[in-house]
Amino acid sequence: MSIVERVPTTRPAQVGTLAGVAAVWVGAYVLNGHLWGWLLHDAFGMDPVARLTESLHFFVYDTIKIGLLLVGIIFVVTLLRSYMSIERTRALLGGRHEGVGNVMAAGLGVVTPFCSCSAVPAFIGFVAAGVPIGVTLSFLIASPMINEIAIGLLLTMFGWQITAVYIGAGLLIAVVAGWVLGRLGVERWVEPFVFETHLGGQLIDPSARLRFDQRIQIGVEEVASILRKIWPYLLVGIGLGALIHGWVPTTFFTTYAGAGNAFGVLVAVAIGAPLYSNAAGVMPLVQVLYDKGLPMGTLLAFMMAVVALSLPEMILLRRVLKPQLLGAYVGIVASGIVAVGYLFNALLT
Amino acid sequence: MIIKVLGPGCTNCITLERVTREAIADLGLEATIEKVTDYATIAGYGVMSTPALVIDDQVVVSGRVPTPTALRELLNTHTG
Repeated sequence: MSIVERVPTTRPAQVGTLAGVAAVWVGAYVLNGHLWGWLLHDAFGMDPVARLTESLHFFVYDTIKIGLLLVGIIFVVTLLRSYMSIERTRALLGGRHEGVGNVMAAGLGVVTPFCSCSAVPAFIGFVAAGVPIGVTLSFLIASPMINEIAIGLLLTMFGWQITAVYIGAGLLIAVVAGWVLGRLGVERWVEPFVFETHLGGQLIDPSARLRFDQRIQIGVEEVASILRKIWPYLLVGIGLGALIHGWVPTTFFTTYAGAGNAFGVLVAVAIGAPLYSNAAGVMPLVQVLYDKGLPMGTLLAFMMAVVALSLPEMILLRRVLKPQLLGAYVGIVASGIVAVGYLFNALLT
Repeated sequence: MIIKVLGPGCTNCITLERVTREAIADLGLEATIEKVTDYATIAGYGVMSTPALVIDDQVVVSGRVPTPTALRELLNTHTG
């Protein structure tokens, strides 16, 4: 019997268990904040200002902190999202016109539980149900770009203003990019089999008729499956962050990539787009680069480029989109991210 | 009973096929398992999140791998 099948079935027991787990989580988070300084400096007698100590402290402290944050964020988000489903989203978008449809699709892209591995059947399902292509693309752009993990981590590391900027910018790019692509009359650049697909069978809504213990179970499973997938990215990200934190002088970045460098955002997007990582892997880097004086607009652009434009997803989407549309998609989203980067560098300084 | 596992070959699709085979063996059911990887066919079932499980042309699970217990319940209700 796995952990997920031991979730209690009565409501008071469920609430009690959740409260207990939450208390342990808070305890571990607080302990992590004090433990490493004490252990490294006092118990092991390491020099607190030595580079090795600083890097090591950054690495263990951040690994555990981000690990705990991820567990908490993914669980809560998945629990809330289990009340939404892609089927319901499609029903809400069916028959909407462009404009309002693009705005709704981008918003729903944030709240709908969706794995980019399902991008192709979702695309076919939306289009076959009469959702305009541009509206469908707004959904597909918003979904990975406004990432719940990124939102949670930004909120705890940089506060609500930066988080609001990130969400707003992501929505704006998804709405505008989807609308522009829709205006281009891109139906001819969609593989013809998409329009020939007939929806058979009856639709099931996976979000309906779930008991609360099943929703908890889905949350636990999702935490395990995401952590299994992203831990290498996370360790590489924190490892790089730790090295930069300890060894790279602040003047290095402010000289070469600071607000004064007109190409900073372009370079950040050019580096970020081909990189395939998870928001959780990028965040430790973003944090340490921010501490080293890199402007927030550049960093947000870098993060968006990493999560919104990934090669595996493009390869999947090639099944339904012809190269011309795929190229336009990448081009418009990348330009949007660059524009947002420059805009926020100008606004936030 | 004809059981179809719908999915383009993602990790979860492989897991779903494995747990389905195990559940069928546990219950001692007579069933053929087919894998459906073609996107048009998958979408034709109205499925938008993979993996999905189809028992006798009826979609019973979509978007996740059910626990072994839940899967056995599903199979039982379909044979009963």
